[in-house]
Amino acid sequence: MEGQVSSLAMWIVLGSTGVLCFSIKLLGHLVPEPWLANARLQRINALIPISLLSALVVAQGVVVKTHVVIDHRLAGLGVALAALFAKAPFPVVVVGAAVTSALVYHLH
Amino acid sequence: MSNLTRSTVRDSLSVAITVGTYGVAFGAASVAAGFTVLQSCLFSLLTFTGASQFAAVGVVASGGAAASAIAAATMLGTRNALYGIQMAPLLNVKGARRVLAAHVTIDESTGVALSQAPRGVAAMREGFWITGLGVFLFWNIFTLVGALGAKALGNPATWGLDAAVPAAFLGLLWPRLQTNFLRAVAVTSMAFAMLVTPWLAAGLPIIATTVVAVVLGWRAR
Repeated sequence: MEGQVSSLAMWIVLGSTGVLCFSIKLLGHLVPEPWLANARLQRINALIPISLLSALVVAQGVVVKTHVVIDHRLAGLGVALAALFAKAPFPVVVVGAAVTSALVYHLH
Repeated sequence: MSNLTRSTVRDSLSVAITVGTYGVAFGAASVAAGFTVLQSCLFSLLTFTGASQFAAVGVVASGGAAASAIAAATMLGTRNALYGIQMAPLLNVKGARRVLAAHVTIDESTGVALSQAPRGVAAMREGFWITGLGVFLFWNIFTLVGALGAKALGNPATWGLDAAVPAAFLGLLWPRLQTNFLRAVAVTSMAFAMLVTPWLAAGLPIIATTVVAVVLGWRAR
């Protein structure tokens, strides 16, 4: 799971993400309302977090480099999903997934 | 303190503490991705928008390029501009206070502010500031706790940290899936991400998946 990005690149990720994310926030406070009020833009913007978070679940849960791989992590995700269906609070979801995944990892 | 004010403070603080504790998951994910404890803490102080932070370290962890990590985080952050547009006329602040307001313009501060509408404009402002500053405080404290904890634990797989990260993403995604259409967007995005994984460089499938949001969001549902 260790990244292959260099130490300098990590600082670049950190700095750029900070500057860009803050600039976006400030932009919202500065621009006149109609500029970003376009209905289509708002609709797409509301879906982007859903698409990105879904892709991140896949990238982190069932992918190793550029291969789809089923391993101990999927067991953890299964438990997380069950916990979410049972309306468990966030920490239970995360810890449940971690414990399950670690158990499967050690049993193998 | 009036009853109305007390309710607003209670709502704001309960959100701030609950959401702030998620910082543990971020701190741990960040260290597991190879960031130092210091970098993880700076992430939460400077970027301060959870989903973007998780995305940046998630892309790095999956071996993606720096540009992919920055792009994913930035795209997830765009919704904060829309929150700012809603909050600016309500808060009506200038100068340093406006900069501070912008920094704490996130899902939770905007959500609590809007939820206080029946209690009036003063309660909405109060909800925004207490929630925003409260999440900022707790999110940063718990990021440090998570980062130090993950550093002490070592190999992510040993303690299931490698599954905790996608589980955290799933946990962030879950409350957004309130209609069948939104659930379909999530399932389609997951399928799309798996489909393109063998064909793209690591990290790129995450960015590519925004195509699903654009295509499905283009036409009114």
